[in-house]
Amino acid sequence: MRYYRSHVMVCTSPQCVDKGARTLMKRLQEELAAQGLADEVAVLETPHIGDCANGPEIMVYPDRVHYAGLTLEDLPSLVEEYFKKGRVVTRLLSQFRPPVDKELGPPKPKEVRVVLRNCGKIDPENIEDYIAEDGYQALAKVLTEMTPEQVIEEILASGLRGRGGAGFPTGRKWQFCRAAAGSPKYVVCNADEGDPGAFMNRRVLEGDPHSVIEGMIIAAYAIGASYGYIYCRAEYPIAVRTLREAIRQAREYGFLGQNILGTDFSFDLEVRMGAGAFVCGEETALMASIEGKRGHPRTRPPFPAVSGLWGKPTNINNVESYAVVPQIILKGSAWYASMGTATSKGTKTFALAGDVNNTGLIEVPFGITMREIIYDVGGGIKGGKGFKAVQTGGPMGGCLPAAYLDVPVDYESLTSAGSIMGSGGMVVMDEETCMVDIARFFMEFIQDESCGKCIPCRVGTRHLLEILERICAGLGKPDDIEELEHLSSLIRRSSLCGLGQGAPNPVVTTLRHFRSEYEAHIYDKRCPAKVCRALIRYEIDPAFCTGCTLCARNCPVNAISGERRQPHTINQELCTRCGICKQVCKFDAVTVS
Amino acid sequence: MANTRKTLPDPLTIPEQRTLIDRIIAENRHLPGASMVVLGELQDAIGYISFPMQKYVAQELRVPESQIYGVISFYSFFTTEPRGRHNVKFCLGTACYVSGAPKLIEKAQDVLGIGIGETTDDWQLTIEVCRCVGACSQAPVVMIDDDIYGRVTPAELPKILARYQRT
Repeated sequence: MRYYRSHVMVCTSPQCVDKGARTLMKRLQEELAAQGLADEVAVLETPHIGDCANGPEIMVYPDRVHYAGLTLEDLPSLVEEYFKKGRVVTRLLSQFRPPVDKELGPPKPKEVRVVLRNCGKIDPENIEDYIAEDGYQALAKVLTEMTPEQVIEEILASGLRGRGGAGFPTGRKWQFCRAAAGSPKYVVCNADEGDPGAFMNRRVLEGDPHSVIEGMIIAAYAIGASYGYIYCRAEYPIAVRTLREAIRQAREYGFLGQNILGTDFSFDLEVRMGAGAFVCGEETALMASIEGKRGHPRTRPPFPAVSGLWGKPTNINNVESYAVVPQIILKGSAWYASMGTATSKGTKTFALAGDVNNTGLIEVPFGITMREIIYDVGGGIKGGKGFKAVQTGGPMGGCLPAAYLDVPVDYESLTSAGSIMGSGGMVVMDEETCMVDIARFFMEFIQDESCGKCIPCRVGTRHLLEILERICAGLGKPDDIEELEHLSSLIRRSSLCGLGQGAPNPVVTTLRHFRSEYEAHIYDKRCPAKVCRALIRYEIDPAFCTGCTLCARNCPVNAISGERRQPHTINQELCTRCGICKQVCKFDAVTVS
Repeated sequence: MANTRKTLPDPLTIPEQRTLIDRIIAENRHLPGASMVVLGELQDAIGYISFPMQKYVAQELRVPESQIYGVISFYSFFTTEPRGRHNVKFCLGTACYVSGAPKLIEKAQDVLGIGIGETTDDWQLTIEVCRCVGACSQAPVVMIDDDIYGRVTPAELPKILARYQRT
């Protein structure tokens, strides 16, 4: 293989060929040779760069400089100025701007993009874009220069830990699976990203599918697997489409299938879709689902590495874990381990949502504090309101109050604070959020998604929910808090899988950090955040009401009465506390108490 | 609610749909764990999986009917009854919940006069709630078929729904 410092991609779409792309390509090669650069710059064809409106056009990698509207007369000066002296010829630059990725945007302060490096930058449906960004080079390196053991050593040394949430060292998992007896072996990618508020994996699958595919092929080589599945949730139809197209192209280019890159290693891959069951994100449930069964988890051990899909050794990792593997191989474990903390290496993506100014996807090195994430990356709380809590780790995670804002974000610190890393959902809540209501919301989710196989989770979460609903309805009893604590510890200790064991977490953490709110609901029949409908009342302040009748006209239950230009009143018997009157009032006359 | 709707014939009795069903089964029956794949594609293509269809799939795949029904009743994406032409899903993920999704749902029920999981009398709209669709930065989100509407307010919801009520 020859190494060039620069690759020139010449667009040879029909439109560009019409405008003389082929002649241009030939003359460019001649000109490079004439100026002695033939060994340094390679000229290649590509089917598509921009919109071909102003052809012929070329793209130069790794600089990503895009020239368009080139004529043969431009070539000598272009080669001289740009390829020889390294000065970009601005007059020839393309005016074409690829569509900006609004969801992701440019990196925010303190962000380090490793997993997301290609998202929004390359065309996910064109494998050549990925290849131009060093794509599949790690695979080539692994297949031609490394033994499976060396690959595992490298991943171990990088300190990469499972990004699905539990944080088990990825290299160790691969080691177990490689050592397990049985054949065939499988690799599975867990893309059943079900936590509400989390969409990191969707973005990677839609924006950079080949990084996941390449990571899986490398894993397959390391453990000796011959077939793989990507299990993607049905709520992500675009991700599934993108993945299937990417797999088709990878097969066409010889990265998947028989004798990959001419070696005797063979591996293939397919996408399987979930059907809307949260529990299928649990690895044993996920495998049951691939097998075409109800997604029930089972007890471990045996772990999937020993007995997984169809009873065969199976390695199962999260999307993000696979996506980072090619870069660890290419840039080395030392590079990866240089980011993060002593026990949590590298970077982590988070989906920042809720009441912050910059919601969206972020990627930060481990060890960053929650405060930096919320105030520097996230731009602070919306509307200048006060911070109340941040919820990490999805529904089985926990809510952390302001006292934990300066805790470094890594697996151990979050666990000791009572929450978990989880897959990376991060929901910020301002002071107008009721923590009892939030606990109730998560319990409703978990209760609904409990698969029903084991009793502690099926019955226990239901009972937790009933107590929380009662408290929110103003019917809390004095021993409810003790009952919640007792039940929580019972469910945690006796449930079968991670869903049940983590299920009480929202209750436990809100009880631990916001106990006074529970007490206010139960003893004072008061919702301090003014959220729980049964515990609040809307009133109209006669000092501000102008009698404009807007609220009376908008009230869905006609609970507001009053003469025009006279202060109105709300009939508390009829009021359903929907809050519409407060929303429509232009004079801030509606108060909540 | 009085049932004023026409009852629909079973997909198995409609020749074009029958062909489609047979094709989906034929294309996927060789896969390991085929039942999930077949049922997923049927749900997508036909819109629901009737009891006669379940029986037929079980026979064709040589698995017990109970296994097919077990799978269908476990996963929330499968339905056994026909739905409206358009599927309106309200995201109830954390971000949407915090940003006022419950008020949107209330509004939709008021405007359409149907409850969650129900279909309008003209078979145009079905309303449902769903788990996070992964568009949390635009919360609250309403997903109608494959279209995503972000930052929806109760006031503008009727206008959005009206677009689908006619077509």
